Amino acid sequence: MTGCATRSTRLSEFVPEPVLSIRDLTVEFKTEDGVVHAVENVSYDIAAGETLGIVGESGSGKSVSMLAVLGLIPQPPGRIVRGEALYKGRDLLRMPKGELRRIRGGEVAMVFQDPMTSLNPVLKVGEQLSEAIQAHNDGVSDKESRKRGVALLALVGVPKAEQRYDQYPHEFSGGMRQRAMIAMAIANSPSLLIADEPTTALDVTIQAQIIEVMKAAQRETHAATILITHDLGLVAELADHVVVMYAGRVVERGDVFTIFSNPRHPYTVGLMESLPGLAVEQVTLQPIPGQPPSLISLPPGCAFHPRCALSNGRARCRTETPDLREAGAAEHVAACHFSEELEGYKSKLVGAA
Amino acid sequence: MTEQSLERDRTAFAGAAGANPAEVGASTDAALVHETGLEVEVRSQWTYARRRFMRHRLAVVSLVILIIIFTAGFTAPWIAPYSFEGYDINNLEVGPTLSGGHVFGTDLLGRDYFSRVLFGIRTSIHVAFIVTILAVAIGTAIGMVAGYYSRWADNLLMRFTDLILTLPALAVLLTAAAFLGHGSQYRVAVIVSLLLWTLLARIVRGQFLSLREKEYIDAAKAAGSGDLRIMFRHMLPNCMGPIVVFATLTLGGAILLESYLSYLGFGVQPPTPALGKLIADGQDVSSHDWWLVTFPGLTIVLIVLCINFVGDGLRDALDPTQRVRA
Amino acid sequence: MLTYILRRLLYSLVVLIAASFLVFTMVSAAGDPMSELRLNPLISEETLQRQAEEKHLNDPIPVRYVYWVKEAVTDKFGTPLFVNEPIWDDLKRVIPHTLALVLAAELISLLIGVSIGIYSAIKQYSVFDYAATTFSFLGFAMPVFWLALMLQIAVTNLFLAWHVRIFYTSGLSSPDPGTGLHWLLDRAQHLAIPVLVLCVLNMAVYSRFMRASLLEVVNTDYVRTARAKGLTEQRVTMRHAVRNALIPVVTLAALNFGALIGGAIITEQIFQLDGMGNYFIQNLFSQDVYPIMAWLMITAIAIIIFNLIADILYGVLDPRVRYD
Repeated sequence: MTGCATRSTRLSEFVPEPVLSIRDLTVEFKTEDGVVHAVENVSYDIAAGETLGIVGESGSGKSVSMLAVLGLIPQPPGRIVRGEALYKGRDLLRMPKGELRRIRGGEVAMVFQDPMTSLNPVLKVGEQLSEAIQAHNDGVSDKESRKRGVALLALVGVPKAEQRYDQYPHEFSGGMRQRAMIAMAIANSPSLLIADEPTTALDVTIQAQIIEVMKAAQRETHAATILITHDLGLVAELADHVVVMYAGRVVERGDVFTIFSNPRHPYTVGLMESLPGLAVEQVTLQPIPGQPPSLISLPPGCAFHPRCALSNGRARCRTETPDLREAGAAEHVAACHFSEELEGYKSKLVGAA
Repeated sequence: MTEQSLERDRTAFAGAAGANPAEVGASTDAALVHETGLEVEVRSQWTYARRRFMRHRLAVVSLVILIIIFTAGFTAPWIAPYSFEGYDINNLEVGPTLSGGHVFGTDLLGRDYFSRVLFGIRTSIHVAFIVTILAVAIGTAIGMVAGYYSRWADNLLMRFTDLILTLPALAVLLTAAAFLGHGSQYRVAVIVSLLLWTLLARIVRGQFLSLREKEYIDAAKAAGSGDLRIMFRHMLPNCMGPIVVFATLTLGGAILLESYLSYLGFGVQPPTPALGKLIADGQDVSSHDWWLVTFPGLTIVLIVLCINFVGDGLRDALDPTQRVRA
Repeated sequence: MLTYILRRLLYSLVVLIAASFLVFTMVSAAGDPMSELRLNPLISEETLQRQAEEKHLNDPIPVRYVYWVKEAVTDKFGTPLFVNEPIWDDLKRVIPHTLALVLAAELISLLIGVSIGIYSAIKQYSVFDYAATTFSFLGFAMPVFWLALMLQIAVTNLFLAWHVRIFYTSGLSSPDPGTGLHWLLDRAQHLAIPVLVLCVLNMAVYSRFMRASLLEVVNTDYVRTARAKGLTEQRVTMRHAVRNALIPVVTLAALNFGALIGGAIITEQIFQLDGMGNYFIQNLFSQDVYPIMAWLMITAIAIIIFNLIADILYGVLDPRVRYD
């Protein structure tokens, strides 16, 4: 991949080995209506201690790529066509199941979207927490794991942790459940924490609290974090680097400041444009016209071209799928034939108008 | 900022793209339709359902078999090779033969069994359809009222349903048949439907309970629609899927229950033929004249099996959100 | 939790009373209980009058209901119209026979049915799954009496052809069954085929239900969380998936069991087993009202008790329900 090669050749003396390195990941699903190309040639890295934000609409493949890496995609009907996912040098996709299972929940942990349904309703919260601890730490007694569990609950801000430990999920509020989920994820001090839309299902006021919890979790574990979301605000606040996905492909990649101030892919521009700007007075919002494409029958050429204002019907967009190319700054890549034409564009989010 | 600055932003963006500003919006829409090749087609829900149903080979095959059997039963008086009562003293208790013209054999009085089975099918489907219509009508009505109206109406009706279900079904059936009289197909149908309506009542009630909370019901009420109009025009059409599925299952259940009743002698009275009765008549000599019991039974099994497969296919076709497939 | 149980108990009692009234009214209003007797020329008019007095048959229904309840509670249902043996003695004799049949059938079909359902769900769309599904559908489509008769024919012909008697096709025991183990074996041989008949439908129900329940659970978020925690597949399946999926199945089993006591009518008739079902049919044919009502009450009580058990069980197994 051009972008990565550039980075490593320039900065190889500085940049340590990334915690997770995904290359050419391609995942498809066989359904009654056809083959769904959920993830197509996706590649990105995440370094230790940093936060990577993966942005995209529903169906862009952002969650599927992570689930596939962790082996959580049932295979049928899913299928990992090709790719590699190097975690500290070992390929997660080709690891024996037992080894992958040991890493999952231990060194690599995941927090899911909907806390209301993500906890087993008939088991106590504490039991589920200590289950996570004991699964990765042989020989930890029940008493010991209970102590640890209560401490974790307290860490994530659950009041009266000692009592809450013995309660059932339905006795927790949505925000508290998500805190419990985060507690389960950081229980074994992971090196990589994956958060799949952690705040989407929660009230706005609770969202802010959960973000604080996540920051606390990061401080505690020094884990690299992958934040999957469609909420650009969240990305702006938490992420160091950003990957933008559309229709299963990475369309732009770079550090957060560059992406937000100088987006070089029409889709990213569209995302910025469709947000209400605080600095700029707006009469109407500018949504991206049209619908995301069907992942079974993708349009030929660039997947975004039917909705792209930049394309304007140009032939190349319709016939040739763009590769990720360098787009201005170092480590900034975009998959657009005409991304240079966006050079002058300054997103209103950074105050320019 | 003013509208002009807004236009300026848009122009700036479009300008950066090197395109004619005025064309930007229009070309996108046209491009959308043209490039993806997806014309927006308005397809009705039923078309989708039909296509999904056709994908279930088992359900389709079952449906075909059912149509054949039902047609055969319905036209029995005209197509049966022998009459129902035709004695043939020369051919008593003959086993099934392909050549002799008695595909299912003959019974103790030399009557052709295939014809008798055909007439039995006729009775079964006659009763079963009446039962289904009655049970669906009663069950839907009660379910609608229970699901739509206030708590106490719902409670009352559901407690009543529970009460009916407290007693063992077959016993209730038999008691009702014994004491209320049976004999005619219609009486039998009424009795059987008195037991089967509870299933549909439960289903419709559940649907109505959840539909009641939807916003478009509030909108209809705000517009001044009366209760009945809301129930029939807005809510009932949305329940048609589950109603159809469970009506199908009720049909199968009716066929089975009718056979139970006629087997025990509490069903239709002779000379009206009934599959259960045929089995009952043949059971004493069944150790050697096995066909007397086997064929009517196999017929019942085949009919109910096909009905269940069709019901299963319908369930998949009409409720695509359900992930569990048979 | 306690209030939940008490509430259900109270409700059950109300249902019981209502059911008794329903039973009585339904049966009594259907016709003159003595109509059969009147047809018998051997019974004199005086005897009939005396019976009518004894049973208060000339009073209006609500009054008769009260008398009936009194007799039921104090005198254990009293005597039937036509025979002078107390109803309770007969019931005492037949209930254990039915219980043996029904218990065996329920336990076997529950164990095997649930196991089939679990395996079907785990290996969805496999050959096993399709085979299990087909057998279930067949089980649903077969009338019990037909299955019973077919098995009877098969076993009888087996005996006639090979002179090997493994199972019996009628009666509870042979004329001289012996004692202890011999008696047990003999009884088992007699009950084997009837149990099999009852099992077929039950297994079909349990396996389909378990399969559907487990499939639903397996796709939930919390099972995905369990996997994401790195638990072994076995632990995920057993502790999270199956445990949750079993809840509705267990309550169904409890409900089913209540219904079974009165549900083996046809099976008992065909295999000539002296049980509740047979008792019911005999009295139905003779149109003897009092045994029928007693029978209906016993079965109603059984069903109500097991409905209560099912409710309580559900509350125990699913913590969300306790705070109802």
